[in-house]
Amino acid sequence: MDHGTSEPRRATRVRRGRLLGGVCAGLAEHLGWSVGAVRALFLVTALMGGFGIALYAAYWAWLPMSDGGEVPVREGGRDLAGVLGLGALAIGVLLVVNGGSIGSWLTPLVLAGVGVAVLWRQSDDSRRSALLAGVGASARATTATAVRRDGLRIALGLSLVVLGMLAALASRGDVLASLRALAAALLALVGLAIVLLPFMLGWWRDLATERRARIRSEERAEVAAQVHDSVLQTLTLIQRSASDPDEVLRLARTEERALRRWLYTPVGDPGSTFVAALEEMVGEVEASYACTVELVHVGDVPRDDRVDALVAAAREATVNAAKHAGGAVSVYAECTDGTAEVFVRDRGQGFDPVAVPDDRLGLRESVVARMARVGGSAAVRSAPGEGTEVALALPASIGTRSST
Amino acid sequence: MSEDLQGTEPESGPGDDDAGTAPAGPLRVVLVDDHRLFRAGVRAEIGDRVDVVGEAGDVDEAIRVVRETRPDVVLLDVHLPGGDGRAVLDACAESLPDVRFLALSVSDAADDVIDVVRGGARGYVTKTISGDDLVDAVRRVSEGDAVFSPRLAGFVLDAFAGAELVDDGEDVLDALSPREREVMRLIARGYTYREVARDLVLSVRTVESHVSSVLRKLQLSNRHELAKWAKAHRVV
Repeated sequence: MDHGTSEPRRATRVRRGRLLGGVCAGLAEHLGWSVGAVRALFLVTALMGGFGIALYAAYWAWLPMSDGGEVPVREGGRDLAGVLGLGALAIGVLLVVNGGSIGSWLTPLVLAGVGVAVLWRQSDDSRRSALLAGVGASARATTATAVRRDGLRIALGLSLVVLGMLAALASRGDVLASLRALAAALLALVGLAIVLLPFMLGWWRDLATERRARIRSEERAEVAAQVHDSVLQTLTLIQRSASDPDEVLRLARTEERALRRWLYTPVGDPGSTFVAALEEMVGEVEASYACTVELVHVGDVPRDDRVDALVAAAREATVNAAKHAGGAVSVYAECTDGTAEVFVRDRGQGFDPVAVPDDRLGLRESVVARMARVGGSAAVRSAPGEGTEVALALPASIGTRSST
Repeated sequence: MSEDLQGTEPESGPGDDDAGTAPAGPLRVVLVDDHRLFRAGVRAEIGDRVDVVGEAGDVDEAIRVVRETRPDVVLLDVHLPGGDGRAVLDACAESLPDVRFLALSVSDAADDVIDVVRGGARGYVTKTISGDDLVDAVRRVSEGDAVFSPRLAGFVLDAFAGAELVDDGEDVLDALSPREREVMRLIARGYTYREVARDLVLSVRTVESHVSSVLRKLQLSNRHELAKWAKAHRVV
């Protein structure tokens, strides 16, 4: 018994080089023995009235599976599994001591034991697979297969247990009688379930209520934190700079933008897309030039170097509009069939594209040149008194498609 | 702070000066918004050019005021205590066909906005709109035209994205015609109706009819993508 409380805490089952549950390989790794020796030991003890089998089952139930260097933490459920394993071990010892009726008892016990082991491992593995599934983008697909696998396992474990019980009963009489006994047992179980159902439902409801309450309080805490970090801080700043309308406008706009992003942007999208980059850009330009930039967008693409160049060119155009035209600037971004387009429009005095002032030409060149480098195009449309519109286009290319 | 809404032109463009549509007095408007300060602000800004005949702060009050006053235009907030703007539309739009609704919101959530438009609102503008633009939008809505802000145009393009374009002559509710798409794109880029008309070499009246047609498609289309899209895109 003693070896169970200290040693296996750190020993693990391993996936690599396992034959069955990875117990022998794991123990060998843990003890520094050769795998063959450990396996031989189990085989020999297995021949001794099934002791080795029971021991193996115990270890299987008990030892956590490790995927590599990291050893999973033992949890509450684990202890129960340990007790169960120890129970199997005790039965194994009992059998060895009892000797006589081993043959007739062993088969059903092993069957049932394996079934229980499968069921117990299942609860653990499914938790791990859920964790893994949460990471990848193909979360849904992974979970679906995991669920299917779990269902298979449950069915397998249950059928093994039932088979074991059946075999145990059959060893004492004919199959029909054992079936009848099984039916009686099932009936008793159903009766028990009916008796216990209200309690179980009550527990379940309590649990659900408590969980909902916890989620609510967590949400409230998150909202409180957000409001404190942003809104309250900004209101304080606004009070301090109440005499400077530009500054107040800028603070209010920045805050509005941040709050909107927090409210409406789905989680897990931190600046990894074209639109997210544009939103960030627009926010920065608004903050630096105390102007209003209205961003409207349709569709989205993942970010890459070319998209970043497009955003940078759009920033030049927006800054240009904010500096020279002032007032409201419209930015419209559209991604269809892989082509990304940005239109930056202002309502300034506009200018005659033929007689461009030098500084504007410079900006234009930097926008045009930047777009040309990544295979895109830029066009400026303006006339005196009619504002200016810069149109940027980035056609789809093999690069855009595959670099994600 | 002016939102570049279409139709800032004070003088009427070609085609939108039908003599019959201009009513004798100023337009009668009801403001529905749960923030009293905002209503006061709007009243102060446009009160001298339209006749604000009523205000309401929640759904029940709004329904009562609209039924009592029968205004030309209701400026309707998307979010209201007691059931949202959609509830007001559901209660009033059918029984009072002469009352036109214009949605007004700070919301960035596309499904909220689309929902109100599908409920019968003739357009959607954001609350940052300037007084002049708002008066103009109210006038357009009262004349039965649709008012699309760049943001709503963006929502629409998103909603119909992926749908096959149909020929201009065809009347398929589930898709935009190339012309309608062009018009939507220009509005999304911040063009006024007048600028759209000039860019596409059309009359303003034609642009307006394209926009109205898009509004109708938005309201009547049972395109299931639309519902799916509205669910999926909390953000636009």
